[in-house]
Amino acid sequence: MADNINNDRRRVLTTVTTGVGLAGAVALAVPLVASMKPSARARAAGAPVEVDITDLALGQMKVVEWRGKPVWILRRDEAMLLELASIVDDLSDPDSAVVEQQPNYARNAHRSIRPDVLVVLGVCTHLGCAPSKNFDKGAGSGLGDDWVGGFFCPCHGSKFDLSGRVYKNVPAPTNLEVPPHTYVSENLIVIGIDEKETAA
Amino acid sequence: MSLLNWIDDRFPLTKVWQEHMAQYYAPKNFNFWYYFGSLSLLMLVLQIVTGIVLTMHYKPDADLAFASVEYIMRDVPGGWFVRYLHGVGASMFFLTVYLHMFRAMLYGSHRHPRELIWLLGMVIYVALMAEAFFGYLLPWGNMSYWGAQVIISLFGAIPGIGEPLAEWIRGDFVISDATLNRFFAFHVILLPLLLALLVYLHIVALHKVGSNNPDGIEIKKNKDKDGIPVDGIPFHPYYTVKDTFGVAVFMAVFLAIVFFVPELGGWFLEKDNFAPADILQTPPDIVPLWYLTPYYSILRAVTFEWLPGGAKLWGVIAMGAAIVMFFFLPWLDRAKVRSIRYRGWLYKTFLMLFVATFLMLGYLGTKNPGHVDIFWFKNLIWAQIGLVMYFAFFLLMPIYTRLDRTKPEPDRVR
Repeated sequence: MADNINNDRRRVLTTVTTGVGLAGAVALAVPLVASMKPSARARAAGAPVEVDITDLALGQMKVVEWRGKPVWILRRDEAMLLELASIVDDLSDPDSAVVEQQPNYARNAHRSIRPDVLVVLGVCTHLGCAPSKNFDKGAGSGLGDDWVGGFFCPCHGSKFDLSGRVYKNVPAPTNLEVPPHTYVSENLIVIGIDEKETAA
Repeated sequence: MSLLNWIDDRFPLTKVWQEHMAQYYAPKNFNFWYYFGSLSLLMLVLQIVTGIVLTMHYKPDADLAFASVEYIMRDVPGGWFVRYLHGVGASMFFLTVYLHMFRAMLYGSHRHPRELIWLLGMVIYVALMAEAFFGYLLPWGNMSYWGAQVIISLFGAIPGIGEPLAEWIRGDFVISDATLNRFFAFHVILLPLLLALLVYLHIVALHKVGSNNPDGIEIKKNKDKDGIPVDGIPFHPYYTVKDTFGVAVFMAVFLAIVFFVPELGGWFLEKDNFAPADILQTPPDIVPLWYLTPYYSILRAVTFEWLPGGAKLWGVIAMGAAIVMFFFLPWLDRAKVRSIRYRGWLYKTFLMLFVATFLMLGYLGTKNPGHVDIFWFKNLIWAQIGLVMYFAFFLLMPIYTRLDRTKPEPDRVR
């Protein structure tokens, strides 16, 4: 009997069987792992959101929900816009150099398409807390005499200006994220769709 | 008797009983610290039993979860008791596990030939942290929600795959119903199965090499003519009875907490979790429960922006490394003796400093990093000092354990 054993054939068959078994296990794992990705319903809920800002007065802010995250829409008045330039030295990324934090069309001094209307995610870039608005100036804000208005994260003390730009020496590493958004008409914003880039 | 024979012919019941209980010879000098292994096992069983009851009434649905927990607390007969047992039980489980780990570090139970027992134990510890983290989301309180938000966003710091990975874990772009549902699956199926398997392997490995003891010497070196260690006593009845006494004392403490201070002033149940999850309102301070705060402190202590890749990424790396360090303990320790009884002042000093550091980091992790002044420095500075001390304990260990002036070990246990 022992003479009839073809060891090479056994080795090949063992290797092939093991290989097919492993391939099968991997093939089975793929759909199981993939099933944990955001479902069609979750992705549909992540669909673009339309926001009408006709009734948004100067200096007012409105919060809408997009993909389950708060989106701030702030209409800044002239005074607020002027302040943006005055605090540049206190900011860690005043020129929006970190590209992932905003689409190209919001990479400007006011970090927005329309200079007056800021659209940012109200999610702190440190660990995802929700910062709160604090538009009072000076000591009344509780954030020091030189505070010119902006956003303050209560979790770990990060501060952002009225363009969502992060201050120096706070835990948050980057500016608040500007979501993709576009204007379908003068006062109607769609959040979740990119502005068509005009040849610059 | 014939029934037992019938079973023994088909299943090694008597053999298993004798090998692991009645004729498993454990060193006769086990002390106080040796309670915490069996107490950890007790906690696992208790968590599973109370968990089964909670599952009968809990609803893993973002719209219903919070209310179903309140329903358990108010309307289910004895529901409050079962829920407090489970919630306080999580903290007590970690307490017994931490003391069990400290015992190993005292008496060198992680050293050769018990490295694998230690490694399996460490995997249990990590699985337990995951189990606790998943479980903490289930009440869908505001701290549940924001805690999960913070921890999952840590994965987003991994370069390249971070954001898709975080999305895959959440099953959504934010913590949502999908996340709650899958955390429920992990918490009640995946991790309990894994923990049960790991605990089984932990004990199999232990019974292969035999238990260490407070003298850190091998009792198997001295055997009588029947091959039984002269310093060993059968686990049953000697240690089953001893452990039962330990269980009685432990349960008295445990139940006193459950009945009189189930929240333990916010240490076991945080007050922010008595409000439902609110995606627009962050709690003033997001902190995990005490058993995870040492690592949370280390995460937050890394604020050095000049590091390549940014402080956040390195914070995550430091936190991961802090846990990984424990895995290497059997190989970092180069002392000639195992037990603290025969070690010199160097190891004793470093171990005590490490315990103090671990407790300090744990305390700091529950406090806001920027605002609290403790003695001379802000929380953050203390956490950074703690970070250095924490890693120094492990990374310098090959040096100080070798330099340490040890005493000779006895031949027999005392």
